[in-house]
Amino acid sequence: MSTMIHTLSSSNPLMQYAIEPLHAALQSFGTLGLLAWIVLKVLAIAVPVIVTVAFYVVWERKIIGWMHVRHGPMYVGWGVLQAFADVFKLLFKEVVQPSVAHPVLYRLAPLLALVPAFAAWAVIPFDAQVVLANVNAGLLYLLAMTSLGIYGIILAGWASNSKYAFLGAMRASAQMISYEIAMGFALVGVLIAAGSLNLSEIVMAQAGRGFLSWFFIPLLPLFVVYFVSGVAETNRAPFDVVEGESEIVAGHMVEYSGSQFALFFLAEYANMLLVSFLTSIFFLGGWLSPFHGWGIPLLSVDGWWWLLAKVFFFATCFIWFRAAFPRYRYDQIMRLGWKVFIPITIAWIFVTAMLVYFGVIGGNAMGAAA
Amino acid sequence: MSKVVSYFKSLLLLELLGGLWLTLKYLFRPKYTLMYPMEKTPQSPRFRGVHALRRYPNGEERCIACKLCEAVCPALAITIEAGPRADDGSRRTTRYEIDLFKCIFCGFCEESCPTDSIVETHVHEYHFDQRGQNILTKPKLLAIGDRLEAEIAERRAADAPYR
Repeated sequence: MSTMIHTLSSSNPLMQYAIEPLHAALQSFGTLGLLAWIVLKVLAIAVPVIVTVAFYVVWERKIIGWMHVRHGPMYVGWGVLQAFADVFKLLFKEVVQPSVAHPVLYRLAPLLALVPAFAAWAVIPFDAQVVLANVNAGLLYLLAMTSLGIYGIILAGWASNSKYAFLGAMRASAQMISYEIAMGFALVGVLIAAGSLNLSEIVMAQAGRGFLSWFFIPLLPLFVVYFVSGVAETNRAPFDVVEGESEIVAGHMVEYSGSQFALFFLAEYANMLLVSFLTSIFFLGGWLSPFHGWGIPLLSVDGWWWLLAKVFFFATCFIWFRAAFPRYRYDQIMRLGWKVFIPITIAWIFVTAMLVYFGVIGGNAMGAAA
Repeated sequence: MSKVVSYFKSLLLLELLGGLWLTLKYLFRPKYTLMYPMEKTPQSPRFRGVHALRRYPNGEERCIACKLCEAVCPALAITIEAGPRADDGSRRTTRYEIDLFKCIFCGFCEESCPTDSIVETHVHEYHFDQRGQNILTKPKLLAIGDRLEAEIAERRAADAPYR
């Protein structure tokens, strides 16, 4: 955030009068102040994410209810506060640990699932210059963090010492590794088109003629592959053989209760939101207005609200898929990942490279570099 | 050739989009849910709820201890003991108990009763909070009958033309 403060201090009054003086005041306390500043930065991302997850769960139950021709939750605060009731219930429940579980890894696994899910948010740009860490290798960092999440799942399944949990973890590892490849290849296409690993620059590479210059048009197959792989990565329906509540109850989470289960739950939903954010940033121009550069008053102004609108759409798609599609069979999941998605992405990376080489897309960043 | 065509068709995700469109239409449908404690479904006059023993208008209990209901009960939920009543020596039940845990609410007892004594009322919202309350004893059954006599008579009158 320090780079962000220097670039923004002159333009943004919030930065100038609130955040920068706070930073200065904390710095005067030395190491302790630095620590407090880091904790504040972590909370600035983590607390909104947790609150959003709570409302996202309510939204999921509402949407699925409506698609089932039901009402969904409607009593705790007209249903809006239902998630908070559920969270407090989970927190007050007893944490039961199986006697045959590995004592250390069993407790470590929920944290290992949660930490990468939250750490990845550090490089998400919410608006121009509004990003916690504007690192140049942001995309590599994201790939690294999202890949780490699987350790939590595998360890949870293994440390629980239970058949169902282990089966779930095995399925999860195979599935997440398969789809990580397709996801990575889809991002290679974005890299070629944007010419940068920095997420803010990837967004700015899509600026120009409104939504016509967003990457989802030239990279349409990669866009679809990326989002579907994202659904598979987060183990959501129709790729939820990992949880498979009708076959293996809850997969890797079956032995977890109370607050430990809440951590897995939080990690899963934080990951869903993360994938929604990333899809919006990589393919739908992040915070850019769909009418960017068209000169329409109000509608052409870029801002975080456009990013949130796009994220809202993708986050709702996650729920929509869950209501619409039956669960994939395991071999179908593997077939889709290895025999459909990976060939498509490789082919389209070639097409993208051609498009960039002949100057059809990605003029900004590549042109600037050259 | 058709294999190739169907392969590229599957890439367009047409069937998946069709599924999404269907669920999207259902999203806006009016909901079927009944807000239960506030609103209730209409009930047939033949509804079979918790049991009651009825009396004649003069206060005399209808049951004559014929034990037909005990005999017909498929779940063996009814237990009857009979004997002459102390004041006039007429044959009456000394014990009439229905175990609601055994009862399957088939309504055979009601059908078999020659005097319309044992009936199943429209009441289906009841609970037990102590062990043993599942046994409806004779005083309890008579009390239910006394409390609900008006409704019972009304529902039986409504159903009478069809019997």
